[in-house]
Amino acid sequence: MSTIKKFFYVNRKAPYGTVYALESLEVVLIGAAFEQDVTLAFIDDGVYQLMKNQSTAGIGMKNFSPTYKALGDYDVTKLYVEKESLEARGLTIDDLMDLKWEDEDDDWAENDSIRVVTSAELADIMSEQDVVLSF
Amino acid sequence: MAIELNGKTYDTDEEGYLADLSQWDEDIAAEMARLDDAELTSAHWEVMNFLREYYEEYQIAPAVRVLTKAIGKKLGKDKGNSKYLYELFPYGPAKQACKYSGLPKPTGCV
Repeated sequence: MSTIKKFFYVNRKAPYGTVYALESLEVVLIGAAFEQDVTLAFIDDGVYQLMKNQSTAGIGMKNFSPTYKALGDYDVTKLYVEKESLEARGLTIDDLMDLKWEDEDDDWAENDSIRVVTSAELADIMSEQDVVLSF
Repeated sequence: MAIELNGKTYDTDEEGYLADLSQWDEDIAAEMARLDDAELTSAHWEVMNFLREYYEEYQIAPAVRVLTKAIGKKLGKDKGNSKYLYELFPYGPAKQACKYSGLPKPTGCV
């Protein structure tokens, strides 16, 4: 058996304009497909990656936000959003997509994936990780 | 590479996946299977239709583990297992089924 490591992905950039957000999502999906323990953090402009009702019609790019809804299927169930970053942008959790994961062992009960945490709480979570990747 | 069928040309990449996903139709699916000496039955289509719906909703082709779990939820445990899916798609359920379904190669695929 291979060892399961705790991977922590920090997302700091807006979804479009640079390729960081999309690349991060792809790496997350690959890591999760290999059954690693995956946690995501969204801070600074990274919180925009999880916004509801994204439309990319005006910039001619693919809207990849529906793919975040597949994270639960990959057992990626821990998405932490930094409270201070949301507040600085005038956003609340209601502005974000309603991401769920289904518990196969509990008759597919739906659970929330997104949790809003303070900067201090996020630092504690980060300190428990084996690998931290920043995008 | 390309596949000629019914007077149409379907461009593919080096592994046989369609270059233009919008070109996909049921005839090219059957032809890609025939080129692999496979025949598509209703059991194959059940999985392929599921994959196409999944791609439509999430914009990705699921990894095999995810596919297996999701098929189990939708079609029952007797179909949501590796044995059943590998019997249908011996070259790897996600990879081969995605190819015939006109989807890109799955992320983190088997």
